Amino acid sequence: MAKAAKRVAVAKTYKIYIDGKFPRTESGRYFALRDKKGGVIANVCRGSRKDFRNAVVAARKAQPGWEKASAYLRGQILYRIAELLEGRREQFVAELMLQGSTKRAAEKEVDASIDRLIYFAGWADKYQQVFSAVNPVSSSHFNFSVLEPTGVVSILAPESSGLLGLVSNVAPAIVGGNTCVALASESRPLCAVSFAEVLHASDVPAGVVNLLTGFRAELGDQFASHMDVNAVVYCDGDNSTVQKLAADNVKRVVARSRIDWSKDDSQHPYLIRDTQEVKTTWHPIGS
Amino acid sequence: MALQAVKAGQPMPDLSRVSAVDEVGVNERVARFQSRSIKTSSKIEALHLILSMIDLTTLEGQDTPGKVRQLCQKAIHLHDALPGLPQVAAVCVYPTMVSVAKRALEGHDIKVASVATAFPSGMSTLSVKLDDTRMAVEAGADEIDMVISRGAFLAGDYRYVFDEIQAVREACGAAHLKVILETGELGTLDRVRRASVLAMHAGADFIKTSTGKIQPAATMQVTLVMLQAIRDYYVETGRMVGMKPAGGISTSKLAVHYLVMLRETLGNAWMTPEWFRFGASSLANDVLMQLMKQATGVYQSGDYFSKD
Amino acid sequence: MATAENKLAFDGGWEYAAAPESTDHVTIDKRYGLFINGEFVAPEKGRYFDTINPATEKKLSRVADASDIDVARAVAAARSAYRGPWSRMKAAERGKYIYRIARIIQERAREFAAIESMDGGKPIRESRDIDIPLAAAHFFYYAGWADKLDYAFPARKPRSLGVAGQIIPWNFPMLMAAWKIAPALACGNTVVLKPAETTPLTALKLAEVIADAGLPPGVVNIVTGAGKTGAALVEHPDVDKIAFTGSTNVGKIIQRSLAGSSKKYTLELGGKAANIIFADAPIDQAVEGIVNGIFFNQGHVCCAGSRLLVQESVADEVIAKLKERMQTLIVGDPMDKNTDIGAINSPMQLEKIETYLEVGQQEGGEMYQSSCRVPDTGYWCRPTIFTGVSQSNRVVQEEIFGPVLAIQTFRRFDEAISKANNTPYGLSGGVWTDKGSKIFKMTQSLRAGVVWANTFNKFDPASPFGGYKESGVGREGGLHGLDAYLELGA
Repeated sequence: MAKAAKRVAVAKTYKIYIDGKFPRTESGRYFALRDKKGGVIANVCRGSRKDFRNAVVAARKAQPGWEKASAYLRGQILYRIAELLEGRREQFVAELMLQGSTKRAAEKEVDASIDRLIYFAGWADKYQQVFSAVNPVSSSHFNFSVLEPTGVVSILAPESSGLLGLVSNVAPAIVGGNTCVALASESRPLCAVSFAEVLHASDVPAGVVNLLTGFRAELGDQFASHMDVNAVVYCDGDNSTVQKLAADNVKRVVARSRIDWSKDDSQHPYLIRDTQEVKTTWHPIGS
Repeated sequence: MALQAVKAGQPMPDLSRVSAVDEVGVNERVARFQSRSIKTSSKIEALHLILSMIDLTTLEGQDTPGKVRQLCQKAIHLHDALPGLPQVAAVCVYPTMVSVAKRALEGHDIKVASVATAFPSGMSTLSVKLDDTRMAVEAGADEIDMVISRGAFLAGDYRYVFDEIQAVREACGAAHLKVILETGELGTLDRVRRASVLAMHAGADFIKTSTGKIQPAATMQVTLVMLQAIRDYYVETGRMVGMKPAGGISTSKLAVHYLVMLRETLGNAWMTPEWFRFGASSLANDVLMQLMKQATGVYQSGDYFSKD
Repeated sequence: MATAENKLAFDGGWEYAAAPESTDHVTIDKRYGLFINGEFVAPEKGRYFDTINPATEKKLSRVADASDIDVARAVAAARSAYRGPWSRMKAAERGKYIYRIARIIQERAREFAAIESMDGGKPIRESRDIDIPLAAAHFFYYAGWADKLDYAFPARKPRSLGVAGQIIPWNFPMLMAAWKIAPALACGNTVVLKPAETTPLTALKLAEVIADAGLPPGVVNIVTGAGKTGAALVEHPDVDKIAFTGSTNVGKIIQRSLAGSSKKYTLELGGKAANIIFADAPIDQAVEGIVNGIFFNQGHVCCAGSRLLVQESVADEVIAKLKERMQTLIVGDPMDKNTDIGAINSPMQLEKIETYLEVGQQEGGEMYQSSCRVPDTGYWCRPTIFTGVSQSNRVVQEEIFGPVLAIQTFRRFDEAISKANNTPYGLSGGVWTDKGSKIFKMTQSLRAGVVWANTFNKFDPASPFGGYKESGVGREGGLHGLDAYLELGA
């Protein structure tokens, strides 16, 4: 920051991302993100239940259209996100460093995040082929099983990795045609907001990804209980409350604990499958 | 209810409104009929009914007056060792044999049916077919089994087929008209259904599956589709049309399954020879053997049943 | 189309004489213990309950009521069998045991069918032609997977889970036992199965088969009892996996009670499937599909087509044909080979169904029932349809689990989809149209795990089954059904 001393730096306002827009939290609340010395890095929105509700409404509205987009197009859009992230690589590195990462670690995390997006972009038009089946039933029917997105996915992103953890969980959900509402790492929320700006600038339709900042202790239950959410992806921590609340509408509960997202083997298409439903169709074979 | 003749000059039905038919669904329904278990008194009642519904048939190039007379004797004396048997419904022959059959059956309430209209292929002109029909009627045929022009039907010339049936209907006069669709040549159940609708609207008193000269002949599948067409036509117009599966029904068991299908598709009103016939030659003896077995508890041999 | 005068008559005339299935090949013991560690043992607390024939209300046998102590014994036996022979056995050998089970079920199929119908009330035709052959087929199908699991999940190393606790319902007792046990064993797990309290007998006969097949003791354990026994199994700490088929309410309770544990679970829950008939459908087959959709197994089917959505232009025709078809359905003695609709499984279920019949009428629905005779003893419900009902009616929203169909009409494609999906359930759906492109659009738009196009209520071991939304989690059947019993390591 030394160079910036020549002029007064313009600080960024970190807002949440709902339905393709950047509102402040409707609650007007914030929490201060501080550096090691106690200085304020940013005032971050302390998202509310109502923000979450609005985000789910947006996600639900966007879901059918996103699901109908061709696999090819969804792949292109994920690729586009990666391109834009690459273009803003330095910003993300700087932000991670602000939140306590070393330069080396920050660079590694941003690079891995870009590569992860490319990885999942490539899966867009392939996972269906890997996981689908034509089933040889005994009667005169053509029977096949395909994957379909489960719908709206709420994601409690990993705490320890502000960008890579978020990307690693959002990408497999949306590449499969789901829309999502994610809660950013509480201690490392900045990249999530900047990532929302990248999403916004890419071709991701409004509502497909919604990003909130705030306290997991406050919002976690909402993520698990909302009746119009079809699956909850819960990264790290104790999931007992999540599963209890999720049962109200038999939500799919995907628990991802103690995963080192920087490792190559943390990425695989089974992450996509976690938020997919298997649909089996029967049709007679006759004339 | 007696046969109600359709008025001449009926408009052609709109075949595009005829419901589609799903073959696999038809197969499943047929399998359900076949899974019915018909035992004891139901079976005996059914076997009697089957006998009474048989059109005892000989339709061969080698038919002679002698052969036809023998067949008529069989019709009259199904199996005199078993008392209380019903008579078959009719004897079915070529037009040139009608007068022979008529004489042979004199004094018995057994109808004479004649195939006509350039049976079995139907490949002739309308005037030849009408002459063929009139000749059979004049010789005394009570019932005429005509064939539709499958070539015209498959070529999409439904109007031709419709007009031809109407013309033959007229030529029949008082004789009942059975219209043979030759379903084995129509290829799909959708076409069977359309041809059924066409024939009924053109004035068929009965619709019939097959000539017996083409494989497959009658199947339960095509018969079901035709029965359903008869039902819809009845609901729409109030006119009952009869049904005759012909060819390939040679066992009692199969014939009983047809009766089950008839009962569960059209109900009791059709369960008489007036509205349902089996076109068959060897079925009668199998039914007789079954009846004998029911009466004696002993399985039978063909050597004990007359073959004419 | 249909006019009042041009109706068909189905009563009277030629009728089918009684054709009872013989029972001289059936043996049912007076009393059954619990099948634990390869043998039948008495329950710890010595408690038994009656299992009755719902068609005659007569007692068939007495069955052990397993306490949590018994459940713990069964789990311990399963654990020990898992550690001991089963998880160490060569996969191909494991498969051969499962093949043996399949074969013995085929050999004893008629006996199983008869017992299934006696204990549960379903028509012998269905248990003979559907339940038991399909159960054998499931064992056959999964037997072959035992040594091929590596090929099912690319780039993963599938591992067995351990002890699977399985709880099954009363509507397809033997078939559900097969759905649960076959894939669990093929994947290398051992099993504690709890059959439903009203239909325990075929599972106990299956225990005999498993013993005859020479499976190592403890690989399959069968504990009978009611909800408390099931709860003890769900809550037992040494169970690694819970597979449950039953009501959505109980499914939610199970999902909650497993919270915080590391147990995997699959849930096959309720449904309220829409069966959608378009004007261009093959109407006669569609009517058959409606009948099969709702009256199969007395409507005790989670994926039953309990809501009919019919396009307005053909609604009158379809309903008239349906009513005529209902007149030909034979309701009565499940052991008669000609019975189409058997006994309602229990007096509790009959009461529930009858409550809905009242509710439906109070809500303004017009009720039509076939005029068939029903026996004096036993639990019976005539096939029933409601017309003039709408989305806001309880008979449209709630799972009745009986032979009761709610009929609504629609005009446009999107209206059909919107009504079909307007439910918390998502197990199955049906679409009837002759137009291929419409089928695919419909099947893609229905939020349901199984979609039958121009057919309904078809099942096959190779075909995955399971629901979206509140109809459950996970799939059973097919390759996808393996997932429920494996951990997919990297």
